[in-house]
Amino acid sequence: MHQLLSLVKNPLLAVEVSGLVKRFGDNCAVDGVDLKIPAGSIYGVLGPNGAGKTTTIRMLSTLMKPDKGYAKIFGHDVDKEGHIVRQLIGLTGQYASVDEKLSANENLFIFSRLLGLSRSDARKKTAELLEEFGLTEAAKRPLAKFSGGMRRRLDLAASLISKPPLIFLDEPTTGLDPRTRLQMWNTIRNLVSDGSTVVLTTQYLDEADQLADHIAVIDRGRVIAEGTPSQLKASVGAASLELKLKDIAEDQKAKQIIQSLLGVEGHVSGEGIITAPLSDPELITDVLLAFRNEKIQLSEVSVKTPTLDEVFLAITGHETVKSEAENKDTVLKNSK
Amino acid sequence: MKKTTNASLPALSNQPGLKQIIRHSLTMAYRGLLKVRRTPEQLIDVTLQPILFTLMFGYLFGGAVSGNVHNYLPIIIPGILAQSIITGAITIGVQLREDMEKGIFDRFKSLPIPRIAPLAGALLADTIRYALVTILTFATGYMMGYRPETGLAGMFGVSILVIAFAWCISWIFALAGVVGRTAAGVQGISMMILFPLTFLSNAYVPIETLPSALKWFARVNPVSHLITAIREMVNQGVIGQDFWLSVIGGITVFLIFAPLTMRAYRRKA
Repeated sequence: MHQLLSLVKNPLLAVEVSGLVKRFGDNCAVDGVDLKIPAGSIYGVLGPNGAGKTTTIRMLSTLMKPDKGYAKIFGHDVDKEGHIVRQLIGLTGQYASVDEKLSANENLFIFSRLLGLSRSDARKKTAELLEEFGLTEAAKRPLAKFSGGMRRRLDLAASLISKPPLIFLDEPTTGLDPRTRLQMWNTIRNLVSDGSTVVLTTQYLDEADQLADHIAVIDRGRVIAEGTPSQLKASVGAASLELKLKDIAEDQKAKQIIQSLLGVEGHVSGEGIITAPLSDPELITDVLLAFRNEKIQLSEVSVKTPTLDEVFLAITGHETVKSEAENKDTVLKNSK
Repeated sequence: MKKTTNASLPALSNQPGLKQIIRHSLTMAYRGLLKVRRTPEQLIDVTLQPILFTLMFGYLFGGAVSGNVHNYLPIIIPGILAQSIITGAITIGVQLREDMEKGIFDRFKSLPIPRIAPLAGALLADTIRYALVTILTFATGYMMGYRPETGLAGMFGVSILVIAFAWCISWIFALAGVVGRTAAGVQGISMMILFPLTFLSNAYVPIETLPSALKWFARVNPVSHLITAIREMVNQGVIGQDFWLSVIGGITVFLIFAPLTMRAYRRKA
């Protein structure tokens, strides 16, 4: 177990949230959120832009006061015991929370000093973290010349200086390229093996699926589903097989094969694309072999896993309509 | 419930102590200085203004106000010093606004440091700006032939007075920075406060020559008292009534605006 945890009120429950509400004018950003996050796990908060994820994290990390309800971090109230809570958490925000005008080295040194390390300890810690996050070579360059991935890594490194038992990551991989994203995932997994609890928000179902032990799906300020990734996926339904025929005329024959092998009705679209629910991926081979035997030629084969949109559709009955307009917002904000 | 048996760790406390406040404010000041080193152009207001204004107004008004430039210098140097130091103080608001708009402030707020540290640190780091203003104003004056009675000692005493005054007055602009919505807006508001406050004083012309309403304002204007205090200290070596009025004025501004700023800052935070 994490070292600092011997000092807290409740070492087993990292986060306890009850009836949390935050309003901005008429808009209820967080509308009665309840959460229980056990220590030592990765907890994913999944939802589209504007669902209330960031507002929730901001309240949990004492940046914002809740209007109603309470939140406790290891048993300490975020409102009344803010200073204690701040000693137990690390926060990596959605927008890089590092000093643009300074170098990576200077950033980490200053944050180390602010976290109570002596000059020499701060210098040691800075070198250690730069090494660990592969930033040693770029350590003295101003951040203006950093790539998005390097900035995120520095940001995360800064959150880990004091080895906090609870780490909040607000959309840690949004805007990163696939390779950097994978690196980030590995880093996050390592945090938990060191005994920390990680709470991360994400818009991506596959990210929550890859990392989280538990997921809360949040929409319009409310938790609409909670469970393990497999429970969640089961509630959405299985993956689906998508085949594109070279010759549209063969669609009925193709449909019959799918019916007989998968035992389900395939859906044929105008362009010769057949979609069918797929419960067992093993069966793909059979389907493809049958197609070859019947000399039906395919131009495309794909297996689609459920997307966040489908999860939402399944749980709420409405799509993530907000997300596109809000995405534009995000892009504008980032490019500022 | 709280176990404090683990000897290697200090107990968690909900209140930062005075030692922590000082320490973290100094670290924040260090951050401010590093930023100045990275972007020295942010010192342009406090380096160019005292030089430019001293040369410009000295040669412009010298003949008209005092008969010649040399006799005008003991009047205008303290005036420009006071004006430039207040110009230097308004930057804090713009800097705070810019900082607070960025993600970096979120991190500061999520760290277990006293909430006042980022503010206090920025104010402390500004000392370097105030010191620059003081040195450059006196140096330009010296080049133009200004030789004050009290020499270096007088100038040193005056430096301490104006820097302390600037610390106090900068809380007004810090408040503007905390409550303002954009950096440009804060800059605009601060300029609106700055210009009447510094020009409608005894900085450049004798108050007696002003029309009556203006005369009244220039007399009560705290900047006039500061300028008179500087003139007395540096030209005659006298610490008079105006010195004490400036000190009291500065402390009053601090006592009113520091809590207001802190309250607004906590609410935004």
